[in-house]
Formats: sequence, structure tokens, C-alpha cells
Amino acid sequence: MLKRTLQAALIVGVALAVPMGAMAQQQGGSIVITYKDDVATLDPAIGYDWQNWSMIKSLFDGLMDYEPGTTELRPGLAESYEISDDGLTYTFHLRDGVTFHNGRGLVAGDVVYSLNRVTNPVTQSPGAGFFDSIEGFEAITAGDADALSGVSAPDDKTVVIKLNRPDATFLHKMALNFASVVPEEAVAESGADFGREPVGTGAFKLEEWRSGLRVVFTRNEDYWREGLPYLDQIVFEIGMEPIVALLRLQNGEVDIPGDQIPPAKFLEVMGNPETASRVVEGGQLHTGYITMNVEMAPFDNVDVRRAVNMAINKDRITQIINGRGVPANQPLPPSMPGYSQTYEGYAYDPAAAIDLLAEAGFPDGFETELYVMNTDPQPRIAQAIQNDLAKIGIKADIKSLAQANVIAAGGEKDQAPMIWSGGMAWIADFPDPSNFYAPILGCAGAVPGGWNWSWYCNEELDALATKADSITDPAAQEERMKLWEEIYVKVMDDAPWVPVFNENRYTMKSERMDGADNLYVDPVHIPINYDYVYVKPE
Amino acid sequence: MAYIAKRLLFSALILVGVSFITFALLYLLPADPVRQIAGRSATAQTVENIRHQLGLDQPFFVQYARYFWSLVQGDLGRSYVQRAEVSSLIAARLPASLLLMAAGIVVELVFGLTLGIVAALRRGTATDQALMITSFTAVSAPQFVVGLLLLYVFAVELGWFPIGGYGTFAHLVLPAVTLGVLGMGWYSRMMRSSMIEVLRQDYIRTARAKGLPRLTIFVRHAMPNAILPIIAMIGIDIGLFMSGIVVVESVFGWPGIGQLAWQAIQRVDIPIIMGVTLVSACAIVLGNLLADLVTPLIDPRIKLRD
Amino acid sequence: MVNRNASPAATHPGPADPPAGGADPAGSGEERRRSLPARLARRPLAILGILVILACVAGAVFAPVLTSYEPDVPLFEGLTLTGAPLPPDADFPLGTDLLGRDLLTRILYGARTSLIIGIAANGTALVIGTLIGAVAGFFGGFIGSALMRFTDLMMAFPALLLAICLAAIFQPSLWIVAMVIALVNWVQAARVLYTETRALSQREFIEAERAMGAGTARILLRHIVPHLVPTIIVWGTLGISTTVLLEATLSYLGVGVQPPTPSWGNIIFENQTYFQSAPWLVFFPGAAILALALAFNFVGDALRDELDPTQRD
Repeated sequence: MLKRTLQAALIVGVALAVPMGAMAQQQGGSIVITYKDDVATLDPAIGYDWQNWSMIKSLFDGLMDYEPGTTELRPGLAESYEISDDGLTYTFHLRDGVTFHNGRGLVAGDVVYSLNRVTNPVTQSPGAGFFDSIEGFEAITAGDADALSGVSAPDDKTVVIKLNRPDATFLHKMALNFASVVPEEAVAESGADFGREPVGTGAFKLEEWRSGLRVVFTRNEDYWREGLPYLDQIVFEIGMEPIVALLRLQNGEVDIPGDQIPPAKFLEVMGNPETASRVVEGGQLHTGYITMNVEMAPFDNVDVRRAVNMAINKDRITQIINGRGVPANQPLPPSMPGYSQTYEGYAYDPAAAIDLLAEAGFPDGFETELYVMNTDPQPRIAQAIQNDLAKIGIKADIKSLAQANVIAAGGEKDQAPMIWSGGMAWIADFPDPSNFYAPILGCAGAVPGGWNWSWYCNEELDALATKADSITDPAAQEERMKLWEEIYVKVMDDAPWVPVFNENRYTMKSERMDGADNLYVDPVHIPINYDYVYVKPE
Repeated sequence: MAYIAKRLLFSALILVGVSFITFALLYLLPADPVRQIAGRSATAQTVENIRHQLGLDQPFFVQYARYFWSLVQGDLGRSYVQRAEVSSLIAARLPASLLLMAAGIVVELVFGLTLGIVAALRRGTATDQALMITSFTAVSAPQFVVGLLLLYVFAVELGWFPIGGYGTFAHLVLPAVTLGVLGMGWYSRMMRSSMIEVLRQDYIRTARAKGLPRLTIFVRHAMPNAILPIIAMIGIDIGLFMSGIVVVESVFGWPGIGQLAWQAIQRVDIPIIMGVTLVSACAIVLGNLLADLVTPLIDPRIKLRD
Repeated sequence: MVNRNASPAATHPGPADPPAGGADPAGSGEERRRSLPARLARRPLAILGILVILACVAGAVFAPVLTSYEPDVPLFEGLTLTGAPLPPDADFPLGTDLLGRDLLTRILYGARTSLIIGIAANGTALVIGTLIGAVAGFFGGFIGSALMRFTDLMMAFPALLLAICLAAIFQPSLWIVAMVIALVNWVQAARVLYTETRALSQREFIEAERAMGAGTARILLRHIVPHLVPTIIVWGTLGISTTVLLEATLSYLGVGVQPPTPSWGNIIFENQTYFQSAPWLVFFPGAAILALALAFNFVGDALRDELDPTQRD
């Protein structure tokens, strides 16, 4: 029910975007956005945080991009591209008239350099692994080569990328921040400080950066997309509690609280029609889940895992988080292609769970541990889960730890029997179902230090996943999505996870902010699309 | 002077000790900094490459020796997460921290000592009781709540001060008061107790019997003795403030090193944790040294000894 | 320069200095000690303090009898439909928390944790601090400087990091967090008591005792420590509040009690961002901490006055 409403809202949002976006936007103005945590870096090869993800998108461009407010791919720095029939060779044709912030024109060599840089281990990019389908990836990772053998620039306007296997997600990967194009001379000049002195081709350029205080972007006058961006300046104020940022918003000093509405203020904001009208609600490509370590008894027993799936009262948990999400029944979030509309999941049924547990040989339940990250509201959610488990006889002790410790525990084969993923949960890097599989449910992630905390490894499904991602023909995408749907339903049959809810996003904005709603809950530009929002005339 | 030289030498040793302990704790910490850098999509090969580049595949003592050698040369290394030089990150934030610390100490001293002296002179009266409850409330109140309350009342409702931020004197007032409230409670209780103890000493009685003016007795005889423990407390406060201002900084958006350290701990950013720990250790050691140096100036019977 | 013509003997407690007002007929120190409870009983604030402390202990011990709710079971009727906690009413005298649990029940059970922290851990820290501060200040020389440089080291010690390490190595427990607090919290008291002892040991009456051949232990225990009592009381009573709050921070990092086990500190800590929409969640546990600290202060003040009659002039 709720689920359907959400999707309807998303569709309406998309439909509204086009006419509204075309009407009233005007250039000019400066806005203030707040974040609690520091901006770690603005180097596109390195930045991987909530706050710098979208900032980097506004400073840099990649070959591919998305229609604003949607998950639809569109060409970026590439004006057009061709894919060979075997799906192994991509040829990108660059746009004319693109210049870096330092004034130099973009050439194909920059794209080659940027891909070599991000995959070179010396760069220590957290995104390097995304490019493992490019020919020569193994050699550069192993340190045997300085360049990707599969990437070349036959002339200044053409980039050819050869793959070592068909990769249906490759164009999405070319739209990732990690594939942004950087100028070699600027990187050489700044060295390790490039992340503090970024030079890109994006809609904005960095004007000022005072550590722990503010980061200021100004309009790139020479931006290659006509008429963009709308804003002259964006001031990011750093280091302030979300709850104080909200006070400043109410006082007219802040336009967007970048950390969203703090839980403590959510009901107050939504309960007041004036403030609620300035909140944009949207889905995000997120699932909160409980992992059960299939290598650790008794979770090596599939019936135990299924019983736990039936024991969790997801409606109650969504109530505890003030309805900021919708109950989930499968790993994929509803707005992700490949989401199964027909799959019904495990219904909440503690009585049946007790029976199943007894059948599995645990008539009196058992004791276990539930790991959770220590920031509100995660420990609260863990306590609700603990209480649900207690009702079917499972006594779970909560271990509430700092994020890094929970991640470390999940990466050990025999340490964390259960983990509530909240706060560390998977938010998709790109809008494709494959992104929810390999690292967190596939065999590749079930390694020490990996992110597959349930240690679930099903060779058969891995083979299916490879098969699905080999379907590169755009005409066969429906078939590919069917395959992914099948994979996730099969995962749920083995029940290594309890999918609990899909979190919604609530972005609050000041009175003067304008632009289509979906720009404020952009699924790719998280939290908002800086390039396309604008302010109302004074 | 020999005393100071000796103390400085000890200070250096303490810093070495702190650096070793901190490094060892970080080594033992079951959270892998390489995994934090490499991210969730990294291959095993990438992880090993990064580990090797950072020298984190070396034995503990080799790692420490390397760190120590750079440290001696004045190099604090680069942040794993921010990739910037730790020394420049700290340098950018240290002035704000020192300013807030100094202002916090002023607030503590002014309010704490005043309340403490009034309570001591009015001992046993209703004023004394009221001040006692004030002090205990100040100590029992969580800083986060105090900070937000001050913001609501003085910034949002009355509009006297900006709602957080950094730059002018007006920005400084509320964070300094929030920081000083806790210390105010401690200082006023200490001052009261210390002052009562001094006022009952025979030399004060004798001075009174001699008919010396009250003010003279107070300023020349009572104050110097009563203030001794307070001076030791200022030395301590420097340490507490260097590490304990995370809450105040985040409530007011103050760009100090507390935030830097807190975020670094969350992400196992070892070079930053080491850097901030060493800087605050310096402040603590110097603060205590200053306290010890000032004491004999106030009470000459106490000699510098070591 | 301070006026110094006091006679050593008159400066410290002794039979020669009877309490003011003649309230105490007892002549010798021994008799005074024996009649202490009776004398305390004449001080209303001290009685109030003792009652509050007893109430806290009783609340902790008899929590299961005093309340019909469980401390860790979220109640469906304890939250509004949108998930907001309920303010105090007939069913929930102090309101409910963010999971719909009865706050009074949580505070009663939380007293178990917080009393151990505020009294045992804080007390241990104080004893260690007093010993180290007094010994270092009294002896000076090598022992003194060694102890104080160790104190400096401990002060610069990254306690939060230690806590995070311990959290990962040990099962979280109340005793580990109590140990960490005892381990890190003695330092400040030691510094202050050191300074005071240094000043004291230069006083004439101490020097006179020394000249008369009194043993070091005797001087330290009979003459130095009694003069430190006022500071120890200040430190001990205020320390109740700070350690109870510190426990919450350490538990948050995973060393101490884990949810859903309540403590006064973690109730405040979990709910402090909600203090505007649900003030009761911060106000009541905060009041409990304040009451406990004040109660100990009343008793401590009374004890000090009774033990040291020279204070009453």
C-alpha cells in the first residue's frame, strides 16, 4: 500500500519536473547548505561520502550523466557513443567547446589519463574496483602496468574503451564520480592536494575552502551546458549539528540542511503545515537489512534464517522511525529496476516462526549477538529487533559500536552473527540491480574485510548474475531485469538477510528555493542537484 | 632555570610516551584503516596495494619507528581520509580551539570565582545554598542541552547572538559560556571550600585582630592562598578542553580540532588521531608546567622542586 | 607576603579547639566519632541527603517490585501512531521514551548502573587521586616528580581510544566502564590535591611535627589528609554528576552497558536531541543525577563539619 503510494509520488515528481523546470528558472543568487561532517576531499577519484558526492558532481563531469532528478542515463562529456555488437568495445565521441576551470580545452587524452589515474593503485581510489571490466585492469592493479591497455584515444575527440567481458552496467560506471575527467597538469601541480584544489569541467568551481568552516562554489561561466548552472554561488557551511542547522533554516539563514531533517525534529516539522510544505519527499536507492552470518551456527540453518524473517515486525520498526521509510520484503528498493512487484516476502508471523524454529531443532530458541552502529536511531531500531527476536525465543545481545568497528566485525567470518545495517547500509552507487548483488550478497564480497556480512555465497546465483550482466543489448534490458528479479527472489529463498525497510529521503528547503521537487531528492545527486536548482526572484 | 629545562625534558619524554601508547592502541584497534580508504567495492589486490603503500603491512615496531622518525623531522604525515597534511589541517583549526579554550577559561574563572567567593563569605545563608544548587546543576547539565538552550534563548528568541558560526566576538560568547558552565560549577565549589579553609586560618584571624582593613586581608592574605588549587585546575582544564570540546564545537559549528579528532576516530584516520593527541598532550604538559611555575609566585613558601 | 604567626598546635583539629556554640559536649576525638550518627541526626540537610541516597538505593534494589513494567520491553501503547513518546500521564508517571518504554521504570533500573558508577568508580578514582596527590606533594623529590610526571602522562592519555579498544576486545560490561572511569578520572583530583599538599607541607605546624620527630605516615594521615577533606568532598560530590554522564559516553563507544540496559547517563545521552519535543526524557534522569550529587554533598558537608570543628567559627 505505502509502497505503491511512494512510487506514484515518484512518477508524479518526474512528470512534473519537465514543465516546471522549463518555466521559471533564472540565473543568479547564492544559497547556503549545511553539513555536520567535514568535506574530506573534492578529488573525484577519492571522494565517497554523503556530503562530497554531489559536490564533486558539480565540479566535474564524466562521459555519461543522468537526466536531472531521474535515473535515466544521458551523454555527458561524450556527445555520442557506439557499442560494438559483441558488447566489448565502447567508442565515445567528445563534445566540442568543453574547457577545464583552468581554461584548457578538454581532449580525449584527459579521459584516458583520468581512467588510468583512478585505477592506478597509487591513487588509492575506493572506486577503482568499479572498472574491473576494462581490459588491462588486472595488470594495473597488480602494478605491472601504468596504464589500462583497453583505453585509448585515436584522436583528440575520440575515446575507445575495450572491455574484458560484456558489462551491462558499463555506461552507469562511466557516470560515476570516479570516472570524472581531470586535467593531468592540475593533478601534477597539486599532487596529493588535488582534493583541496580541484580543477574540473563542472558547472561550479571551487572558490574558497576553510577547513571545518565553509566551502564556497561559484558558477563556472564557461560551463558547456547552455544556461547552467542557475545559481551564482553555493556556500557550504560545515561542522554544525543538524538540529542547529534547522534552527538556522527557520531563521532564514540556511537554504538546505544537507544532513536532512534530524529525527528529533521530524514530527515537529511534518506536523506544521507551513514547514511540511517545504519538505520534499522521495525514495532513495537504499535498503536497511539484518544480515545473518550463514557461516555461524545456528544461522547456517536456512529454517532459522526464515524464522527470523517471519519474526521481525517491520511495521513497528517503521513506526519507531516516524514512518520515514516503507517496509521491505526483498533486497532491492522499490524504485530500482528489477524490483519484484509480485514477490510477497515473509509475512510477519511470530507463531509460525516459533514453529519453524522448533522444527529446525531450536524449540527453546538460542542466544546470539546483534551488532549495530551507535548513532541514533540505529540502537533504537536494534532494540526493537531484539524485542521481536525475544518473542520467538531468540535472546540477542546488542553490541552497539562505532561504525568502523561494526564494519570490521562484519568482515570477519566468525565474529558477528547478526548485524543491523542501518547507518552503513547500502545506498546504490548507480541505479542498477547488479550494484546490490556482488559486493553484499555475492561470493566476491564474502571474503575477509568484505561487505558481504552474511557470508552468503551461492555459486549458482553468481553464475546467473554474470549471465545477466553480459546482456548488453539495450533491446534486451527487460530480459536482463527479469533475470535480476529471479536472482533476488532466490536470495530471499535462502534468506541470508531480513530486508527491513527502504528509507525515504526528506529534504527541507527554504521558502526561496525553487525548481522541480525531484531535484531535491535526486536519486543520483545526493542530497540535491546543485546544477539545476534555483532561487525565486527577490 | 635548570628546573624548567628538566621539566621540558620530561615533557618531551611524556610526548614520546603518549605517541607510543596512542600508536599501540590504534594498532590494536580492530578496525582496518585500509578498508576505510579502499571502500566497499575494493578488490583484495587493491586493499593489499594500499596497505603496502602506507606501510601498514610492516611489523608494529617498524611502523612506529617510521612514524617517530617523521615526527622528529616535524612531519605529522597525511590524513588517510582527507589526504591533506595533518599539520596544515591542525594549523587551520588550532587558533579557533585556542580562542574558545581561552574564552571558556575566562568564563569559568569570572563566574566560578565570583560565585565561590560570595558563597564562602555568605557561608550557611540562603545565598550560599542557592549558589550550591546552581553549581551542582551546572555540573549535572549535559553540555549539548546547555548549548541548545542558550541558542534557543539568546540567539533564536532574543536575537542577541548569531546562531552558531565563527568569526566575530558575538560568535564566541555562547560557545564560551556553554564550555564554561561546567567549569564554573567546579571552580565555584573549589573556591568556596578553599576560601573557607583559608579564612579560618590563624593568620587571617590575627590580621583581623590587628585591625587591618577587610579588603586588605582579603586581597593580600586570603586570596593568594585560596587561589592555589584553582591554578592547578586551570592546568587541568587546558587538557580537558583540548579533547573535550567536541560537543560544543558541533552545536555551534566552531571549526576547532575537537571535531577533527572525533571524525578521525570514527574513520580510523590514524595520522590525524596521532596529530591531535600529540598537540593536546603538548597543551596539557605545558599547562601543568605553567601551573607549577606560577604557584611559587603566589605562595613563595612553595619552592620549585624536582 | 603572608602573615605567619600562628602557632602550629592550634591550626589543626584537636581537643584544644572545641566546636563553636558548645553544641558538642564530647571532649575527645574518639568520643566525637562515636556519637557522630547522633550528631548528624541534628542536621536536617544531612538527614535529607541520607534519605535521598537511601531512596536511590531502594529504587535500584526494589525496582522490580516498585514498577509493573519491564525496563526493556517496548510497549505498543507507549508510542503515538506516528512514533512519538508520551508525556507523563496516569499510566506512565514520568512519560515514555522513544521506544515506548516507561521512563520511571527505566530510571529505577538505571539507578543500578549509575549508583555503581557514581559511587564506586568515582570513589575509587578519588581514593587513587588522593593517595597519589598527597604522597607526591608531601614527599616531593624523586617520588613526587615521578608520580606527577606519571599524572601528566595519564592526563594526556587518549582515554576515548582506550575505551574503543577495550570495547572491541572485551564483552561490554558495567565493570569495564567502571574500571576505565577509575583509571582516567583520578588524574585531575591528584593534580589539585598535589598542589594543596605541597602548600600544606610547608606550613609551620607540619614542620613542627617533623621537628618533634613524628613519623611520616602519622603526619600524612593525621595532619595532611584531614586538611584535604574539603577538597576531597568537592571533588567526590561533583564527580558523581560527571562520572554518571561520562559512563554514557563510554557506553556509547561500546565499553559499558549496552542497550537496552538503562543508566541515567545513557537515558539523557540517547534523548538529548529530543529535549525540546520530549523534555521529560532529559529532565527526569538529569534531576535524578542532580539529586544524588546534592545528597552526597549535604552528607559530606555535615561530615566535614562534624569531623573538623575548627571549620565552624
